[in-house]
Order: sequence, then C-alpha cells, then structure tokens
Amino acid sequence: MNTPTDHVGPPLWLLAELTYRCPLQCPYCSNPLDFAHHDQELSTEQWLDVLSQGRAMGAAQLGFSGGEPLVRQDLPELIAGARELGYYSNLITSGLGLTEAKVQDFARAGLDHIQVSFQASDPELNNAVAGSRKAFDQKLAMARAVKDAGYPMVLNFVVHRHNIHQMADILALCENLGADYVELATCQYYGWAFANREGLMPSRAQLVTAEATVNRFRNQLAERDHPMKVIFVTPDYYEERPKACMNGWGSLFLTVAPDGTALPCHSARLLPIDFPNVTASPLEDIWYRSPGFNHYRGDSWMPEPCRSCDEKDKDFGGCRCQAYLLTGNADNADPVCSKSAHHDRILAARTAADHATAGLEDLIYRNADNSNVFCRG
Amino acid sequence: MDKIPRLRRGFRFQWEPAQQAHVLLYPEGMVKLNGSAGAILAEVDGEHSCHQIVTILEQRFPEAGPLAEDVSAFLAEAARQHWIEWL
Repeated sequence: MNTPTDHVGPPLWLLAELTYRCPLQCPYCSNPLDFAHHDQELSTEQWLDVLSQGRAMGAAQLGFSGGEPLVRQDLPELIAGARELGYYSNLITSGLGLTEAKVQDFARAGLDHIQVSFQASDPELNNAVAGSRKAFDQKLAMARAVKDAGYPMVLNFVVHRHNIHQMADILALCENLGADYVELATCQYYGWAFANREGLMPSRAQLVTAEATVNRFRNQLAERDHPMKVIFVTPDYYEERPKACMNGWGSLFLTVAPDGTALPCHSARLLPIDFPNVTASPLEDIWYRSPGFNHYRGDSWMPEPCRSCDEKDKDFGGCRCQAYLLTGNADNADPVCSKSAHHDRILAARTAADHATAGLEDLIYRNADNSNVFCRG
Repeated sequence: MDKIPRLRRGFRFQWEPAQQAHVLLYPEGMVKLNGSAGAILAEVDGEHSCHQIVTILEQRFPEAGPLAEDVSAFLAEAARQHWIEWL
C-alpha cells in the first residue's frame, strides 16, 4: 500500500485562476456555484510570488485562467514575470476584452500561446449559450488576430446536447481560422454544469454520431498531412471505468484560485476539505505537507471496491469531486465505475439524457445573481 | 540530410532542473525527452542541417558510433508529430 508521502513529484502544471469575474454566463462554467462569495483576489505582487515559488518547485506549464483573465489589468505584468521565470505561458480566454493591440503587447511580454473558447459554430447559438449578443463576432476577430500575431492557437469548444450536432461545422470553422489544436471538450459535470446536467448531457446516440464525424475529419486531416490536431474529450458518464482524474490527486496539477486558495484541481473547492491558502503558507508546504493535498494521495484512503481493485493504480478510483457530488462521500469510488455500488446514478443520467427536452432557456446561467441564490443555499 | 530543421513556432525546448531532463513545451503540453532526443533537439536551431547535426553529435559522443540513422529517424518522427519543420 502506498502512503501519501511516497513518490510525490513536483507540480509541473500551475493553473492561475486570476479572477472569477467574467463577462459571459456559460451554464457549464467550472467556477464554483458560490463564486459571488469569493470575490477576494490576490494582488500583482502576490501572484508574482506564487509564480516564482511554483517555478522554483519545477512547474513549467502555466495557465492564466479565470473567470476571464483579461479582466485583470495587471495581466501584461504577470505575463512578463512568467516569461522571465521560464514558464511556458498559456492564456485561456473567452476573447472578450481582447484587442489586436493587447494580442501584440502580450506577445512582446512573452506570452507563448492563446486559447480562445467558442460556444458554437454559429453566432445565434454561440451567443445564446454565452449570454452575450456580441460574443461570436468578437471571438472570430480575436482568433484571427491571434493567428496574425503568429501565436499557436487552441480553439476550445465545450460540447453538450445543444451544440453536439455541429461537429462538422465546428471543425470546418477551426480549420478556416487556422487553429493548431481543437479541443472538443464534452461537458464535465461539476460546478454550474452539474447544476445543469439534465439540460446539457448529450444522449449516447448524439455522442456516437459526433465521434464518427470527428474521426472522419481526423482521417481527412491525416491524408492531407495537415498539422491541426483534434482532441475529443469523451464524457466519462458513458464509460464503464473512471478517468484517472488529474493524473492522480496532487500528482502534477496545482490550481491557485483567485483568493489564493490552493487546490489539486479547479473543481476541488466543492469538496468538504480545508484547502490551504498561498497567503498563509509557502507553496512547497502546501504541495508536499498540507493535509488538503495529502488527503487523497496514495491509496490508503480507499474503501471497497477500490481498495482491492487491481486497476486502482491506473485510475486512482476516479474523480473525488464526482464521487462527492453523486454519492455524498468523496471517499467512494467514482460512480462512473461499473463496480461502484452507486453506478445506477450514472445509468439514470444516461436514461434521462435519452428523454431530455429542456431548451437553452431552461438552463441556469452563470452570473452573480444566480450565484447569490446558491450562496444562500 | 541537407535539409535544415527548426522548431515550429509555439514549441520551446529547455532544460528542466526539477525533472533532470530536457523538455519540449507546447500549447498546454510538455514532452519529457530522453538523453538522446534532448541532445539532438539541442542542435535544432534553424541553421544546422541534419547532416551537420550528425557530425556535431558524433564528435561529442565518439563512443556512440555512427549516428546518422538515429538522428534521421528521430527528426522524421519529430516532423511527423509537427514539432519541427524543414526549411
């Protein structure tokens, strides 16, 4: 049996969630439902200190995320700091608030890559999902600006039952915009997406059709030796074994939330665990020695069926957040696993997806008013 | 062998002390390179040809014997992965 402190490597990936503020209202946002009650943000100096500590520990990949990270006026300073430290820096943005001048400024400051998220392949659906009338045109303009400035570009689409029929159009749009990578990320049901799961989850039939379309397009790209890479993240709700979430708890990924809370993944804030804050402890103590980060390291915490399972070193029992959301106890096996006593909850969600009728207007949109409702409980 | 390889825009090659390895960084990804891959990519600068890279490495590692086959095979794979492009 592995004890928590065995073989803990450095955090190679640091995700800096600079702010929960965002001009969009996507109903699958991964931010906490009660984000409106976490409105403290680290200062520029505090962020630069976090970046410096993370880099000294071995972090090489850095994501600037949010919320919408462009809301932070000190972003150019943080980008320059990251470059000086030797990070490969990724800006993960909706494109709203971006301008051609900023795209150029960030390149000069040393930003390596920009990921622009889209909600759909056409303006009407895109803007309905984003809750913003001007979003699509702005995204198109900024995707072009990103390529014009010479950056590599990832285009990200969160896929759900209302846009999954658009795969062919989405891929054509991405090729047209010159994307280097396309991430088709089927909704993961945490945060706002969990609250909206019935209205978002595609049926198996929709999924099979979409996957076939993506594979056909991939084959065409390969035949043309086209460098665009298409990553299709399939929904684990249609799997029989859980994903190796975050490659293991506290194994590679370190997220720092806007208020300085350090988390093993961007969803973990929903767990009933006390996570440390970078304003109170050095990052090295947080990563290697805090109870929060050691909570699910190793496998001595596992109950059955994980404890005696010969696949536990492969999937680490799946996702703690999913176990918590679906069973009420984060120690349990991820119910995606067919060996889980709670797998019926996944089967019920699949059945519900076959019969769902909810429209976009029935979803709970991610905004401060709705967040305040969740804060009140 | 006369072709000149260079890293594609958006790829960065660097030594990582924490991993005691060269890595290749790209959008949201990182490949940890083994010793020989690191030694080859270290010479990919958009100026040295494939042939020159072989000569440099054979001088640096005389005990390794002829390296042309290994270097070409690695660079071909790196091109197939779209990590590098040919000038």
